[in-house]
Amino acid sequence: MNFITEPWPWYVSGPLIGLFVPLLLIIGNKQLGISSSLKHICAACLPVQKIPFFNYDWKKNTWNLFLVFGITLGAFITNYIVDLNYEILISDATKADLSEMGITNFIGFIPAEIYSWNTTLPNLILMVLGGFLIGFGTRYANGCTSGHAIMGLSLLNLGSLIAVIGFFIGGLVMTHLLFPLIF
Amino acid sequence: MKNIKFIVFGILFGIILVKSEAVAWFRIQEMFRFQSFHMYGIIGSAVLVGAISILIIKKFKINTLSGEPVKFSDKPFNKVSNVTGGVLFGLGWALVGSCPGPLYALFGAGHTIIIIPIISAIIGVLVYGLLKDKLPH
Repeated sequence: MNFITEPWPWYVSGPLIGLFVPLLLIIGNKQLGISSSLKHICAACLPVQKIPFFNYDWKKNTWNLFLVFGITLGAFITNYIVDLNYEILISDATKADLSEMGITNFIGFIPAEIYSWNTTLPNLILMVLGGFLIGFGTRYANGCTSGHAIMGLSLLNLGSLIAVIGFFIGGLVMTHLLFPLIF
Repeated sequence: MKNIKFIVFGILFGIILVKSEAVAWFRIQEMFRFQSFHMYGIIGSAVLVGAISILIIKKFKINTLSGEPVKFSDKPFNKVSNVTGGVLFGLGWALVGSCPGPLYALFGAGHTIIIIPIISAIIGVLVYGLLKDKLPH
């Protein structure tokens, strides 16, 4: 297979993602975690120093902001070299389910029917609500997929396991109970 | 500039996130519908490699490149906030179809509309910071 043009299978990309755990520990003595960057952005850019939660030295965590800047840049470079607007080969069952929701365009990573600048107001509200839940929920749970699922489970941390179970409960409720009401 | 290395790590991480399609809304839907092994394979094998690496680091007391002992700080265990926050994040994860890392990657990959959920995620963090003391933990 061609590693530049074709998508990578899970058994290549998963272990590569896992390698960031020792890489960050040994080279930077840092634990993998991405959602805390949102907190550092708040502390760095907004007048929130009077709120105890944000009253800390965010400058000690700039490494995390450099990491997420790099993630943005890495995706930008990849999209520049290989066009990422291709059809994602998801399973036929998922295609059938999504078609029933009115999503039939599988080109690119996100459904153009919902995620575009000329979308409808209800879709825009869903985006805002979803983003809000991501920010609020990750801080409340103290981590996201990287910090809890990958780093936390690698550390066999019980709190992380509980959080990951919570992530899946939330995701399943949204997909199976709320999506049919929304779409 | 000691932070340059983190930009390099980030670039590599971003490339892996898009090449694995872990950033795809469609892949997250497939996962929550149990219709493909792809995302489970990615998360499962990442945890396996991460856990084995930590075991090796602890067993052989491997130091960082600059010679310090590797610091492990367990996140505080708290059933109420882990579950409640976890479920709230899960709802957002399925709705937006991406978690924080992929949000940055999608924006970088040219899906500029993702700035909307990124900004509202920052607002979500702000509101959490304001309400923290009033929430059960």
